[in-house]
Amino acid sequence: MSNVIQYIIDGIALGAVYALAAVGIALIFGVLRLVNFAYGELITIAAYVLAVTSNWWLPLSLLAAVASSVALAVLTDRVAFKRLREAPPATTLVATFALSFALEAVWRLVFGVNGRSADVLGALNTTAISGAIDVRWVTIVEVVVGAALLSAIAIFLRRSTIGLQMRAAASDIRTARTLGVRADRVILSAFVLSGVLAAVVAMLLTAGSPLVTPTLGLEVTTFALVGVVVGGMDNLVTATLGGFVVGFVNAVLGDALGADLRVFLSSFTYLAVILVLLLRPGGLFASRRATGAERV
Amino acid sequence: MSEVATAVGLAVEGLEVAYGPVTVVRDLTLNVEPGEVVALVGANGAGKTTTLSAIMGLVPAKAGAIRLGDRSIAGFRPERVARAGIALVPEGRHLFPAMTVEENLKLGTIGRRSDDGLAEDRAWVEELFPAVRDFSGRRAGDLSGGQQQQVAIARALLARPDVLLLDEPSLGLAPKTVESVFEALTEIRRRGVTVLLVEQRAQLAIGFCDRTYVMAAGELRLTLTPKDAGDSARIVAAYFGS
Ligand SMILES: Nc1ncnc2c1ncn2[C@@H]1O[C@H](COP(=O)(O)OP(=O)(O)OP(=O)(O)O)[C@@H](O)[C@H]1O
Ligand SMILES: [Mg+2]
Repeated sequence: MSNVIQYIIDGIALGAVYALAAVGIALIFGVLRLVNFAYGELITIAAYVLAVTSNWWLPLSLLAAVASSVALAVLTDRVAFKRLREAPPATTLVATFALSFALEAVWRLVFGVNGRSADVLGALNTTAISGAIDVRWVTIVEVVVGAALLSAIAIFLRRSTIGLQMRAAASDIRTARTLGVRADRVILSAFVLSGVLAAVVAMLLTAGSPLVTPTLGLEVTTFALVGVVVGGMDNLVTATLGGFVVGFVNAVLGDALGADLRVFLSSFTYLAVILVLLLRPGGLFASRRATGAERV
Repeated sequence: MSEVATAVGLAVEGLEVAYGPVTVVRDLTLNVEPGEVVALVGANGAGKTTTLSAIMGLVPAKAGAIRLGDRSIAGFRPERVARAGIALVPEGRHLFPAMTVEENLKLGTIGRRSDDGLAEDRAWVEELFPAVRDFSGRRAGDLSGGQQQQVAIARALLARPDVLLLDEPSLGLAPKTVESVFEALTEIRRRGVTVLLVEQRAQLAIGFCDRTYVMAAGELRLTLTPKDAGDSARIVAAYFGS
């Protein structure tokens, strides 16, 4: 019994982190119809900045991480994606792959292949509750921060004027523009938000395990993207849920599988995804979307 | 209603629009004087929607001038056209279906040049279109076609445009509802908003509008006034091929 509770707690925590990454991906998809595979590099740069600034005053280090991923998010749009606004989806997808690999090479060159330690929030990696179940502080923080940030984004999209414009753009950008919604601003907001989310994901990940490698963000993004696809790319809520589910499954499998099977973790996750998509091609939550829910 | 704004006209000169290699609007010149209500009629595929889209900046014009008052707006992006003072009620309404009526209206105010008078404008459109008030908390996609059309026009008016472009506002509506749309148009005209109306029902348009342009195969063929309403049926039929 306590095993099951342990799995669920770990699952919710990792699910929250993946849900944040999923929102970051789905926000960009919503306004641009761009599947941003390079999203992971935003997480990676934030993690490296945490590593480099780990001896700074904590708030400053966190702020630097946010600044770096936001800057990279905006820069990738300006330099690469902006020129591809009219390009077919296959082209932009390949462009995001290329960008991701190029940036990964940059990380290798600048930070080396062996990884750096981002021991900024390491204090969280200590036991909060021990006994039959074992809860680390970072687990609690992941759940709380995840829930808080997701609620904040929901409120932002519901209540703020720019949030309303982002939802309108995601639903029908042509009509939104004829009403005076500035496409540039909405897109910029989406990239900034996705950058902030990537930085938070980096903080939570490095708090749990401080080793930063050039592929850190890539791994998370691959899974989060799987979650977004499983949830349904064109709906922010279900995409987020999809991210959560993939994180949850990942953590539970990680706990449940013995150490010898854990190396196949991603295979098991992909297997689960293939099963889901075979059974529900429109995504895990397709039925709810049939009513024409808005995308963001 | 109370304040009479200075009306602003719309002029299109030598407009040419193509989709890829196919030119669908050629050498189109039309003029809507400040405060006028002018109709554009023509058969399916004549190029009416394309003309409005080009004015709105949704499709690029290959040639031609577009002027709002004395300001050239050719080449503007749609959001800039909107903010310059043109609002479009598109073919098929294009509300944001998953959003509430209220949210749709709020989006209508994004293009306003000033928030002064917003409350009055809001009261005015509510008086004009009761559905806007009665269903403000509903999902726009759940309204009937007629109610959606009311919301779409209200949304456009909340931008307080100088020029209102309407693309077949009566399409698919019951006769009674069409009547109420035209009653609303009368009020809109009284307010000094310049209107360019695309309308399939030529007879209705000719009788109602200051001038009616007849368009065929991407070109203007004929200009009619209410005086022609009597014998226009035959002429128009010729161009509609019916
Ligand atoms: N996006 C597009 N791409 C290619 N061709 C188009 C496009 N939109 C319209 N056309 C073509 O341009 C021509 C004019 O179309 P348009 O929609 O402007 O006509 P319309 O007068 O509004 O017709 P309707 O009364 O049916 O609405 C048509 O031949 C149409 O097939
Ligand atoms: Mg049309």
